[in-house]
Amino acid sequence: MNRITLYIIVMAATTLLVRVIPVLLIRKEIKNRFIKSFLFYVPYVTLAVMTFPTIIECTKSPIAGAAALVGGILAALKKINMFIVAIICCVIVLVLEFVL
Amino acid sequence: MDSSQRQLNRSYLLRGLTDGIPIGLVYLAVSFSIGLSARTIGMTGIQGFFMSLTTIASAGEYAGLQVMASNGTMLEMIILTVVTDIRYVLMGCAFSQRFAPNVSLLNRIGTGALITDEIFALQISKSGYIKPFYSYGAALVAVPLWAIGTYLGIIVGNIIPEFLVSALSVSLYGMFIGIIVPPARDNKAIAICIGASFILSWAAEKFLSMLSTGTRIVILIVVIASAISLLFPVADEPAKEAAQNE
Repeated sequence: MNRITLYIIVMAATTLLVRVIPVLLIRKEIKNRFIKSFLFYVPYVTLAVMTFPTIIECTKSPIAGAAALVGGILAALKKINMFIVAIICCVIVLVLEFVL
Repeated sequence: MDSSQRQLNRSYLLRGLTDGIPIGLVYLAVSFSIGLSARTIGMTGIQGFFMSLTTIASAGEYAGLQVMASNGTMLEMIILTVVTDIRYVLMGCAFSQRFAPNVSLLNRIGTGALITDEIFALQISKSGYIKPFYSYGAALVAVPLWAIGTYLGIIVGNIIPEFLVSALSVSLYGMFIGIIVPPARDNKAIAICIGASFILSWAAEKFLSMLSTGTRIVILIVVIASAISLLFPVADEPAKEAAQNE
């Protein structure tokens, strides 16, 4: 077998196990208050740390990325649908990089 | 399964299909750039297609390509994949607490296997139990586009103009902001949690740059979520609280 194909199979199998083992093993409701709190906050922390500072680094101009961050937060505070927020961010970058 | 449940599943599947479209478009752009990297190590279009179809992880695939490029061992591949994708373990733990009591084993496995940052984000943006068919719908649209993007990146190389890539690349983060910010308006602990995450994530990148991105993210998640949990433990019914924040 081609070595790249073997790499791909190993990578896919490992990733599948990483994803499936927790939902398979944890079958009971967790009663511990700390762990419950921890899992409640995990999604927010995960998405937040992935967003910043990457959002200002992935655009050609960091100013455009920063503006997208601020614009996105302001829009989200008005509880606008998340896809509209995403589009607003894209438009801000598109316009600012064109102007700057 | 009774007919009302089947009908409910069908409606979640449809909603997933719709909400999967914007994600799929982002995937197409991101996986295209993965294809560009895969091309440099001599991967064929078909291999790239199946790599993305079976792995569905951006950071994980980038890491895997690095191992392939350096002709690393299979053990290195396994270790680096686990480290890069360890956040899926945390997401899976979060999911495990939100399955309906009567959810089937197959649906547990299916939902777990389709955890990506974006599908996870979609699921947690909805209150109540995890809806497996919502994941299936989103994945049905988004995952093929993820695979096709990789294929195209390898086959046709760089054709998307740079300004479009730049604008598209923030869409993902815009979506994340759209998920985490609204509940923060009514819950001080979540607001503090997000603020701390931003600051510490920036600091970690500055001062812990010797660690890989995946490792940094895991450290940040564990440290910040632990600290906030100690400072602001949730009430006994976190699910209800989350629902009120919708």
